[in-house]
Amino acid sequence: MTRATLLSMLCAILALAGCGKSEAPRSGATRVGVVAKSLGNGFFDAVRKGADEAAKELGAEVIFTGPTTPTAEGQIEVLNALIAQRVDAIAVSANDPDALVPTLTRARDRGIKVVSYDSAVAQAGRDAHLAPSSDQLIGETVIALTAELASEGRGKFAVVSATPTSTNQNSWLDQMRKALVARPGLDLVGVAYGDDVSDKSYREAVALLKQHPDLAVLVSISSIGIVASARAVEDQGLTGRVKVTGLGLPSELAGYVQKGVVPKFAIWNPIDLGYSAMQIAVQLARGGDAGKPLSMGRMGEVTFAADGVGAMSKPFVYDASNVAEFAQIF
Amino acid sequence: MKGLRDLSDAARRDLVLGGLTLAVFLAVTVAFPGFAAPRSLAGLLDDTAILILLALGQMLVILARGIDLSVAANLALCGMLAALVDRAFPGLGVAVAIGIASVAGAVLGAINGLLVWKLRLPPIVVTLGTLSIYGGVIYPLSGGAWVNENEMSPAFVAFTRAGFLGLSTLSWFAIVAAIAFVLGLRYLRVARALYAAGGNPEAAACSGIDPGRMQFLAYLACGAIAGLCGYLWVAKFAVAYTDIALGFELQVIAACLIGGVAIAGGSGTALGVVIGCLFIGIIRNSLPLVGISAFWQMFINGVVIIAAVLLSARNRAHVRTILESRAA
Repeated sequence: MTRATLLSMLCAILALAGCGKSEAPRSGATRVGVVAKSLGNGFFDAVRKGADEAAKELGAEVIFTGPTTPTAEGQIEVLNALIAQRVDAIAVSANDPDALVPTLTRARDRGIKVVSYDSAVAQAGRDAHLAPSSDQLIGETVIALTAELASEGRGKFAVVSATPTSTNQNSWLDQMRKALVARPGLDLVGVAYGDDVSDKSYREAVALLKQHPDLAVLVSISSIGIVASARAVEDQGLTGRVKVTGLGLPSELAGYVQKGVVPKFAIWNPIDLGYSAMQIAVQLARGGDAGKPLSMGRMGEVTFAADGVGAMSKPFVYDASNVAEFAQIF
Repeated sequence: MKGLRDLSDAARRDLVLGGLTLAVFLAVTVAFPGFAAPRSLAGLLDDTAILILLALGQMLVILARGIDLSVAANLALCGMLAALVDRAFPGLGVAVAIGIASVAGAVLGAINGLLVWKLRLPPIVVTLGTLSIYGGVIYPLSGGAWVNENEMSPAFVAFTRAGFLGLSTLSWFAIVAAIAFVLGLRYLRVARALYAAGGNPEAAACSGIDPGRMQFLAYLACGAIAGLCGYLWVAKFAVAYTDIALGFELQVIAACLIGGVAIAGGSGTALGVVIGCLFIGIIRNSLPLVGISAFWQMFINGVVIIAAVLLSARNRAHVRTILESRAA
């Protein structure tokens, strides 16, 4: 196997030396290897759908692949195969940030552009990383949803967080408070901590409902918290009077959306993520510069920070019109 | 009579704890009058019901000089099993779900019991191991995916919250179990053997009781109850995932200790355990209402556990002097 890899690498080097760099992209469509964490995962099937859409727009070709189990070893094999096929760029969601670096470095040495999306590769192994969203965008989206669900954008709301020490929860809360400045009608009356366990989240949600009988919206930014909050509101007979929203997964919330307990919620959209990652990969392969803002087609522009990380967009909003479709995916 | 003196001692302890619980309850009610409303009390009982069931099961094991750290993992595994079966065969009904969860729980409990009884392994080591094993099996069983509310059959979810005389089915499970335990531990022959085996295994063995077998039976019952609670938990919160009830075993053991069960075995009452559970239930439901931070909740729980153990240790010393004082 090592010999086979060596041979294929040798062939690749010979081919490169013989043809020169300029010929490969001109010889046909730009080819991008889009690598999933594992195959047969609904989330990545959706990523593929988005990548195909971008490929059509750009006249590029997608080679969608991934290991059968979500391991770094499996991804390394798949990446080696892509290097041997001399793709122009690779977009990968990493099973391990560090384990893929040596393989990806080899790819970059051969002129292949590397973009990580969803789950990042360490900075040494990639040209850019596309994060689905940023803390600021998440905070703004959650507050916007809260304002939409409170009647006329005013009223009391409370938050069920995870643990008091969770880094991303606290960062999201900070950004929510910042976004709140622009909406004087909304009043944050309490933050409770459900510790990401069902029983405590449920109990804290019930306590918030009792403490504030005039609560308009109950917000949770953890997947266990939002399900427990929805359950609590339904059990208390407050469906429709207190609306639940926040961050969650379509498959976990589809039932509550249909019943009107959670009219809307947000999370990133894997189709958009695949589309944007493909847009960036193709542009880098065609000589684009990750140091400057890059276009992501219908998703707008992305600017990569000094560490090569860029945020795609605000989280996507799900409601009764689309939740069933996405519940099949993730 | 020794029995009477012993009983009155336990009764006195239950009375102190009951008084304390009532005082906390009244204090909360003064700060937040809505807390004593009938609906609020029904909610409190509903919230505490699973803790009561698990603590009663755990009590049996502790009485027999064991401990079961695997109850929460057992609950999670059986809950996931019930949810998966319900998702695959939605028409089977609640009775089947309860049956599957309880039998599976009993099997897991029996594994603990056999390891402790036949291999004479220390209970804390055995159940620490099975805690990891039972918890670990859930992932391959479920593939890491959640079973969500809309994938469960309506009857499966509705059962625990159906009302009867203003209380949920879940609350009635706890009430019936509490009454059965109070009466059973008092009058059943096997229960008296359990106390004897835990109180003094050598003496019990001399009178024809096999202390190891008593431990096995206690683990079996505790496991079956944990399995049943697996269904109840999953139905109550309408979701099953890999680490539901993570760390809940510590609350269960805390409830037993607060309720006056001696960690060394052989002493404790079902009434005390129920009051201990209600005490924890009142604390954890009222602190968020009064607006006390999560860190203080943990702090207060800890202080109460230490205080309760101090109290029951002093009581035990008192019990041990009974023989001498009788001779005097």
